[in-house]
Amino acid sequence: MAYEKESISVSNLSKIFNTNSGQITALQDISLSIGEGEFFCIVGPSGCGKTTLLRILAGLDSSSGGTITIKPTNIDRPINSMVFQEQSIFPWMTVLDNVSYGLRMRNIPKKERYEIARHYIEMIGLSKFTHAYPSQLSGGMKQRVSVARAFANDPEILLMDEPFGALDEQNRILLQHELLRIWEETRKTTVFITHSIDEALCLGDRIMVMSANPGMIKTIVNNDLPRPRKISEIRTSLQYNQLFQSIWLILRDEVTNSKNNSFT
Amino acid sequence: MIKQEYSSLLIRILSILSPLSILILWEVMARVHIIDTRLLSSPSLILHAFIPLLLSGELLYNTAVSVQRVIWGFLAGSAPGIVLGIGMGLSPLIRSAFEPMIAATYPIPKLALMPLILLVFGLGETSKIFTIAIGVFYLVVINTMAGVLSIDKIYLDVAQNFGANRKNFYLTVALPGALPMIFAGLKLGMGMALILIVAAELSAAKAGVGWMIWRAYDMFAIEQMFIALITLSLLGYVFSLLLDMLENWVLPWKKQV
Repeated sequence: MAYEKESISVSNLSKIFNTNSGQITALQDISLSIGEGEFFCIVGPSGCGKTTLLRILAGLDSSSGGTITIKPTNIDRPINSMVFQEQSIFPWMTVLDNVSYGLRMRNIPKKERYEIARHYIEMIGLSKFTHAYPSQLSGGMKQRVSVARAFANDPEILLMDEPFGALDEQNRILLQHELLRIWEETRKTTVFITHSIDEALCLGDRIMVMSANPGMIKTIVNNDLPRPRKISEIRTSLQYNQLFQSIWLILRDEVTNSKNNSFT
Repeated sequence: MIKQEYSSLLIRILSILSPLSILILWEVMARVHIIDTRLLSSPSLILHAFIPLLLSGELLYNTAVSVQRVIWGFLAGSAPGIVLGIGMGLSPLIRSAFEPMIAATYPIPKLALMPLILLVFGLGETSKIFTIAIGVFYLVVINTMAGVLSIDKIYLDVAQNFGANRKNFYLTVALPGALPMIFAGLKLGMGMALILIVAAELSAAKAGVGWMIWRAYDMFAIEQMFIALITLSLLGYVFSLLLDMLENWVLPWKKQV
């Protein structure tokens, strides 16, 4: 896929953890380029370092080597906002304060940031819960708030670490729908980690498959399924099935390999 | 299926009935001389002694004196406890500087310090307030530190990812995240303050509820002693009620689960 502008450029990135039993190479030779407005998915067996890669992109962890360049389109914008896998909205803040958190950190006046936050709260269908605390929300609602918090911050890139992994099937499909809808409107550069091939195919423009021990790029697959996508229609298409099959074949080897390795 | 829900009326009646029946039992046993009223008095004798004590203003005066000491001691102990506790929770440097000292001195019974406190601060109000403050301080500082340390790491990641500066980090994550534990510490501290006030007023006091108890002992005025004890229990109840109200106000997110 050709993109007019590059948004994220990663070259020769590596990450080595020093443990008591020696060094562990979590990431090795990661080089990739993500275009502006691209929805980029990463799948791989557990332990392949995909979360580590995302945390390095987010600036939450440091790399051991290589470079990352994120090209800003607007210097007033924050570089990235992350949607975490686990429950991560502040229990001590209302939905409104949670969604406007990033804006508050950037010293945007209360009236303005609440206005922006309300817009995104409406988008995720939680207007009735604007002043509710997280303890009053279900798991799916909390993750919606987390997604809205990231979008409301209006970052250059969105980083999502299996945001729907802990949800039940029905909620997951609903949230994928909503994410697609919001993303179609905003076209934000997004890096999305998942262990589900299906989720990657429903959402992504390209899908990067990683191998474990050490975490490396196995291949990057183009996903040309037409947009705007409807998840129910996509799943029955021939193209979807072919892509699913090819990614599964690559992943299957990886999963068996990493399984064998862990027993040796 | 077992019916678990009892009517709130039944629960309310029981919670009033049970202490009431103990009072009645006490009175009856006193009247038929099963218990010695010279030592254990009786509800009617206590009530009889209570009225002049209240009307003369003596009880209110002593209560006010003790309440002041408790409040000042409580504030003087909890404010530095919260500040230092948050610092110790957030910074490994501050923690390693203070934790050994606190751990080493915490087990010393605060009452054992009273003679030293009296020597240092003299017989005035300061020594009593300081005794209470030091008891409150330990409970608050330890709980506050534990509260900050127990904040889920994910919230620190979120704050960092959204670009929180140091001030916002304290105000939006560390303090609110530790508040439930801080309140646990404050409540324990209040209990400690009420224990210490009686001891502090044992020596070199001229007024206070604790002083009333010791004077009643000297004068063998059992009824006055009971009145002072009941006053202390009421004080404890009112203070914990006030702390609960404050907690509900400061922690609205904890209320509705």
